[in-house]
Amino acid sequence: MTSEMKVKAPKKRKVASLERKKARAGWIFVLPFVLGFLLVYLPIIVDSITYSFCEMKVVGGGSKPVFEFVGWANYENALFKNPNYVSTLLSGLADMVFDIPMILIFSLFMAVLLNQKMAGRAVFRAIFFIPVILSTGVMESIEAGNILGDYMEGAEGIDDGSGESTASEIVSSMDVEKMFSGMAVGQGLVEYVTTAINNIYDIVNRSGVQMLIFLAGLQSISPAIYESVQIDGASSWETFWKITFPMISPMILVNAVYTVIDSFTTDSNVVMRFISDQYNQPNGNVISSAMAWMYFLIVIGIIALVAGIFSAFVFYQRRD
Amino acid sequence: MNAQNIENKPKVRKETKNKIRVDFERAPLKERLKAKFLSLYFLKRVIWYIFRLILLIGIAYIVLFPFFSKIAGSFMGPDDFVDVTVRLIPKNFSVDMYKAIWTENHYLEAFGNTLLLSASTALIQTFICCFVAYGLAKFKFKGNGLVFLAVIFSLTIPHQTLQLSLFMKFLDFDILGIVQFLNGGGIELFGNTFLEGVVDIIPDTEEWTKVFQDGYGMTLTNTYWPLIIMSLCGLAFKNGLYIFMLRQFFRGVPDELEESAYIDGSGVMHTFFTIILPLSVPMMITVFLFAFSWQWTDDFYTGLFFTTNTETILMPDIIDVPASLSKDYAGQNLYYAAIRNTCGLMLIAPLIVMYLFCQKYLVQGIERSGLTAD
Repeated sequence: MTSEMKVKAPKKRKVASLERKKARAGWIFVLPFVLGFLLVYLPIIVDSITYSFCEMKVVGGGSKPVFEFVGWANYENALFKNPNYVSTLLSGLADMVFDIPMILIFSLFMAVLLNQKMAGRAVFRAIFFIPVILSTGVMESIEAGNILGDYMEGAEGIDDGSGESTASEIVSSMDVEKMFSGMAVGQGLVEYVTTAINNIYDIVNRSGVQMLIFLAGLQSISPAIYESVQIDGASSWETFWKITFPMISPMILVNAVYTVIDSFTTDSNVVMRFISDQYNQPNGNVISSAMAWMYFLIVIGIIALVAGIFSAFVFYQRRD
Repeated sequence: MNAQNIENKPKVRKETKNKIRVDFERAPLKERLKAKFLSLYFLKRVIWYIFRLILLIGIAYIVLFPFFSKIAGSFMGPDDFVDVTVRLIPKNFSVDMYKAIWTENHYLEAFGNTLLLSASTALIQTFICCFVAYGLAKFKFKGNGLVFLAVIFSLTIPHQTLQLSLFMKFLDFDILGIVQFLNGGGIELFGNTFLEGVVDIIPDTEEWTKVFQDGYGMTLTNTYWPLIIMSLCGLAFKNGLYIFMLRQFFRGVPDELEESAYIDGSGVMHTFFTIILPLSVPMMITVFLFAFSWQWTDDFYTGLFFTTNTETILMPDIIDVPASLSKDYAGQNLYYAAIRNTCGLMLIAPLIVMYLFCQKYLVQGIERSGLTAD
């Protein structure tokens, strides 16, 4: 929104006409999206909201089902009659609150690491972006509860299915717990760190795009700033907190919002999986619509909250 | 000797036309090495270097291990899964799994269909997103901010929320009732139907009635059209993200570039196609790579729009245990898991090949995007 017209012409009328011309060209460029949004997307959304207030009746084999208005029944059904929805929702939200900071911290850390000059940087980058390309969709569902990987890594026999104790935990969570219990930090933090270590595969897999966005942000910081603080004698720790962090903070906001959105569309999300299961049950598709909209509203609330909190701390470099 | 050297100029050893070798007074080699390698600074750097290397290799291992285990498992015979001494190296080497999946799960057919679907949607998405992003980035018009908000909005609502209405929309596809009107259904306004049967240009042949089996709109399920239409509108999976990325990229392109083209008499479209697009090839390849591989492995949309998976076999359909490999024995669970993993491996094999060629552009595209969030 900062791009400004730098056209200076002697007559004012001419400027206006060029501006109009450019405005028209702009509309032509965005036309496919605007048309699609108004003619296809908005009706779909309206339909979806309408369906969540309806009951679906299949009339005859193969033909189009008929919808009947039933008011808040689907919502009531989801909230009060379904035994699992509320608890799944709560645990899903708890997961999200847990995952977002972890993914953000990890992806920022990795981006800073991959931004440094070193031997084999291109190879590491190529490896770390593999999950973005390959571990999506079907692969995600194959990977969920995959016993082959556990078996291959296991040192002793076939895993009993409890999901505990595979050798993949290079540092086992017990070790970390022992280490932390010596220090005077809260039990909550210990649990947070140990769970994060156990879920490292998941976190690595899900921070691909965030890593890309952070890397791009890091690339855009002018080297002149780093040079001048180096001359002033700042250590790399200080440089990170005083220069890199503020400069990257808009990206943190973007990534936080993206992570929230992404984490509630992935297959590994418990709520989404629950809703998908509901979709395939008798008369479940209207109820699943209602559930999905409630979930969506909550997530929008979370996004607004996250965006509000982060934007208070975001630093924008003034560009003239 | 020292004093003499300062007074005199450095001793010239050899002088040619464009090279000169001079002896300077320097500290001895031992001192220099000591100063360089025995300092705290150097120690810190070495420790950091080793720490970083270990960390990176460790995480690379976490990323790559699932692939190693899939590859190892895919070459194992059924007996290897009950043999506790066999881990990553197969004892009874066999390629039966590949053979069975190739023939019984119709791999080639799925490959062809998915290639057509993914390539077409990804190409469309790349160009449409470039278009929209360029319009948003470089033109100031009323509603620019509103359109950008709509883009973000479309990214925010997961399509899982909309799956029922997405399905219904394309089961009976119609825009503003135009199709219905052309089909003789008249115009529906406030619950009343006008002009019913006045216009009916769609012939009643068997092919067409098949298209209109569910009411007046077109039935587009079990075809590629739902995904192509969504790609054409920039509404397909994660298109909001692509538009956002490309918008940031285009905003980094200096305005002077276009202005000079305009002054030379180039039109807006001409400038876009001849100057801006060639500039943004790495970024476009990045978007194409995302769009292609996310469509390739997608099972949400294909599962939603392809209700009968016997007509059009797509990649997600090949993930199944082939009949000739079904076997009832102690290692069955593990064996079936290995088969499913092999299916997955064959599914992503084309993507791996593509990634090897494109990853250079991916990194380049990111480096040039100069992403900022203002």
